[in-house]
Amino acid sequence: MRPLPELTPENTAFWTGGARGELTIAFCADCAHAIHPPQLICPKCWNEAIEFKAVPGTGTVYSFTVNHQQWAPGMAVPFALAVVDIDGAPGVRVTAEVVNTDPESVHIGQAVRATFLNIDDIWFPQWEPAI
Amino acid sequence: MTLNAAITGVGISDIGRKTNRPAIAHLAEAARRALDSAGLTRDDIDGIATYPGKADNSPGMSPLGTGEVRNALGLRTRWHSAVPDGPSQMAPIQVAAMAVATGQARHVLCFRALTESSSQTAAQRASIPGAGRARLGGWYSYLVPANAMSASNWAGWMATRYFHEYGMTREHLGMVATGQRAFAQHNPSAVMRSPLTMEDYLGARMISSPLGLFDCDVPIDGACVIIVSAADAAKDCAQAPLTIEAMGAALGSQETWDQRADLTTMGAHDACADLWARTDMKPADVDVLALYDGFSIFVPYWLEAFGFCGHGEARDFIAEGNIGPGGRFPVNTGGGQLSGGRLHGFGLLHEACTQLWGQGGGRQVAGAKTAVCGMGGGFIAGSMLIRRD
Repeated sequence: MRPLPELTPENTAFWTGGARGELTIAFCADCAHAIHPPQLICPKCWNEAIEFKAVPGTGTVYSFTVNHQQWAPGMAVPFALAVVDIDGAPGVRVTAEVVNTDPESVHIGQAVRATFLNIDDIWFPQWEPAI
Repeated sequence: MTLNAAITGVGISDIGRKTNRPAIAHLAEAARRALDSAGLTRDDIDGIATYPGKADNSPGMSPLGTGEVRNALGLRTRWHSAVPDGPSQMAPIQVAAMAVATGQARHVLCFRALTESSSQTAAQRASIPGAGRARLGGWYSYLVPANAMSASNWAGWMATRYFHEYGMTREHLGMVATGQRAFAQHNPSAVMRSPLTMEDYLGARMISSPLGLFDCDVPIDGACVIIVSAADAAKDCAQAPLTIEAMGAALGSQETWDQRADLTTMGAHDACADLWARTDMKPADVDVLALYDGFSIFVPYWLEAFGFCGHGEARDFIAEGNIGPGGRFPVNTGGGQLSGGRLHGFGLLHEACTQLWGQGGGRQVAGAKTAVCGMGGGFIAGSMLIRRD
């Protein structure tokens, strides 16, 4: 079974936004810098007012890998992991499994959209082809 | 700008897979061999340093801290340090160099011990951060729970992007793996010494595309000790001191594996740029290269980071035969971690020192006097330039 992230003030919005079907990213309330992984201070201007905002949930595959090795008992292989440049949050990438498609069909430049896998109190973003 | 610090002795235990030998036994053996190599005794050691310190976040990752080693070996030290957050696995070497250069100690025993081979099970693989815990924090909590559990996944997507931008293929990485195996055949302490052909390489099972089995280093049980001495104290040692000419620890991007703007570069590029800014020596002056090869793809990254070729040019640099046996810039002449086993960078530095002392046997690079060592992959990196005068 996969381990779960520990929920903290900075990451709860990211890991639970999926309950509303939203990919949620941290932004500086002052300079609008997109911050990921999320944190409680803006690394650009050191402002401590951080807003958690829904982004469109779409993006473009920057890179990917198809994992064939079973790293933990029960892990179903193969599956693709994609590093995705997300729309609406410049400079931010979200890495997640690609689902609802053949892992071997994933490619750089592919348009994807977020879907969510709920386990316990966590909603994992996952990517699926946008078209 | 030479540091007043030198490597004076190195030692490696009889490493192996599933040795079921206590970590401290490996460590003591490596320490004894390092002391013999330096012509020092236990009582000469007045400092101790390691990476990362005792850690159980991954099976067999780091079974020994400085305290246990002090206790077990009966050391009395004036200075000690364990560095989980530092310039990669090289951190203890770098802080030891600064310690001896500032008079905190004369001879520092730097060590790395691993029992990953004996410790891993099907349920808890080696090198899976946070293994066995229900909830994770820190940078890897954005990767491991998302099923990006292994560094082979993280290195895999770096390689995919690099292949895409620069036309590298699996055959190029196969040249890294087979070249290092050819070196390993002349290294009695390497764990994998049987010949490896390109067909073997290409036919092996995929781990995380484009990285296959022989692109991944080998978990082992073993220990390695590097003794770092003050420049004046080094003169009294048994072998010619290997002066630390320069080192680099720069970090230019976030602490994680997917956010760096250009993932065809990594922390190594920052650490190497800083190193060359601190010396008048150039890549052309280097005889032997010790480059972190937790995964084969890191070798072209380090080659480019150190400036042995331009960005995106490692493909041709490798294909032209530069890095294997007989090449102008031989890389990981002991077989590296791919064939020698994962001593987390220490084994690579051990080999570089062995070469500079002319003790490389059938794999000796003639006249080797200068070496670079780069440790780490992804966001962590430490670089070092050493020379025998």
